[in-house]
Amino acid sequence: MPMGKRMTLTEAIERFVPDGASIVMGTAMEALIPFAAGHEIIRQKKRDLTLIGPISDILFDQLIGAGCVKKVVAAWVGNVSGGSAYNLRRAVEEGTPQPLEMEDHTNFTIALGLHAAALGVPYLPARTALGSDIQRGNDHLRSTICPYTGDRLIAVRAIEPDVAIVHVQRADEMGNCHLWGNLGVTIDAVRASRRVIITAEEIVPADVILSDPNRTLIPGFLVTAVVEQPWGAHPSPVVGYYNRDNDYFHEYHRETKTREQFHRWLQRWVLGVRDRSHYLERLGPDRCAALRPRRKAPSAPAEFGY
Amino acid sequence: MTTYTLRELMVVAAARQIADEQVVFVGMRLPLLGFLLAKRTHAPRAIGLYENGVIREIPSAEMLYTMSDPPNIYRATSCADMLTVMGLLQQGRVDVGFIGGAEIDRFGNLNTTVVHADGRRPIRLPGSGGACDIASLAHRLIAIMAHEKRRFRERVSYVTSPGYGEGGDWRSAVGLPRGGPSVVITDKAILEFDPVTKEAVLSSVHPGIGVDDVLAHTGWPLRVADDLTETLPPTEEELRIIRDLDPQGFWTR
Repeated sequence: MPMGKRMTLTEAIERFVPDGASIVMGTAMEALIPFAAGHEIIRQKKRDLTLIGPISDILFDQLIGAGCVKKVVAAWVGNVSGGSAYNLRRAVEEGTPQPLEMEDHTNFTIALGLHAAALGVPYLPARTALGSDIQRGNDHLRSTICPYTGDRLIAVRAIEPDVAIVHVQRADEMGNCHLWGNLGVTIDAVRASRRVIITAEEIVPADVILSDPNRTLIPGFLVTAVVEQPWGAHPSPVVGYYNRDNDYFHEYHRETKTREQFHRWLQRWVLGVRDRSHYLERLGPDRCAALRPRRKAPSAPAEFGY
Repeated sequence: MTTYTLRELMVVAAARQIADEQVVFVGMRLPLLGFLLAKRTHAPRAIGLYENGVIREIPSAEMLYTMSDPPNIYRATSCADMLTVMGLLQQGRVDVGFIGGAEIDRFGNLNTTVVHADGRRPIRLPGSGGACDIASLAHRLIAIMAHEKRRFRERVSYVTSPGYGEGGDWRSAVGLPRGGPSVVITDKAILEFDPVTKEAVLSSVHPGIGVDDVLAHTGWPLRVADDLTETLPPTEEELRIIRDLDPQGFWTR
């Protein structure tokens, strides 16, 4: 299938995120969170999803509140700026809008589970979480004994998502991606998943990507769909493109304390907008301009001549 | 005498836990400021690890809201992935790690997952993030918390981040390779742990705070050290640096 990976976000979500899918998102921690893709999932009313990620900032909370999610496999679900995530709390504490199954992890065990899948092994051993209630409460973090040393370890079961949705700085038409800044679990998440949807700030000619193969951390042959989506990670930051919109996270915290408030928030920012360009109109050009980098800081070119 | 906030004192107390050239798992909020303060004072060669994969020696030039903010990427020593820094932590290369918590108990176990209060519906919290990993694997753990009776409980209702479990040699019995809480910094006091029983002991109270006040806000009969001291207040220089780092007082007012 050499051709036809470029598509709209609407098409990518329609084709590759079926109801009931498990999706890993938010793989670069607080940066590069694929909010545009998450909002499209909400608009398409996907149901019974399993969300996987180390931390998700407010994206998982939005999908939970919109009724898309039946299970979360994560280390942390909240609002990095505000603390609690109210939709998560309502789902777990009250079953609103529906009950939510939580599989609690640590950041390290999420990373190891994805790495195990990326390596093609059923589990990886670790020394974290021993004696904790996280380990006690999670059947995918079973105790084991090292066959060589006799040490007590946990066996972190491989995590194989149906879909990885990853936002990057730039990609070519075939899905070869350049990304930089902190990487979190992105590389393992891509290798661990059956399908990969890339949203990119820019689609660039293949020669741009080929000029710096060490920065090509996602090779295109692993990628299912490529979407050009400027501002696709707002309000999270994308190094070199825009900074974190801290106010947006504080506003979300203030404006989602009750279910009614959340409905208004969802209408304003997700259900009531057609697509990302409509969202950006709501955001306004001044707010976007204020988030742009204030200084240039290019890396020195690496010489690949021979 | 210069006035200061209790949060500023907590930042200073955190900074004093970092020695020069140590590798520090930094965390966010007050510990992040503590790390930056230590870098600019007594620990200029300390190295910061962040669980998103960032390794930093040069302090960021701007205030950070999250560890993945672009100012924390700019002029970083290295931007790697999570397994890189978690692997270094698991190997035992991290001298000191900082975490916060919603609840802590007598043996330094921390809860950030779910609070069970008597007769009330359980309250769901965000979860571990990397806290359990840091508590499991760093050589020394520093916890930073508000000192309230509902947070300082005889037993936490859920162990997100293991401290000394039930005390004594519990950590080695369950297989944890090292570490455990070393110091708890609160807005009233500093607690340390008995080397044998691993029970928390009040070791220092902040200026202007009474021992009775600390005991009244602790949910178990807290032991008081024989050599109880008063926490050293911030110096002019430390306050100047903190206010330079956080000019609006976002974290410290």
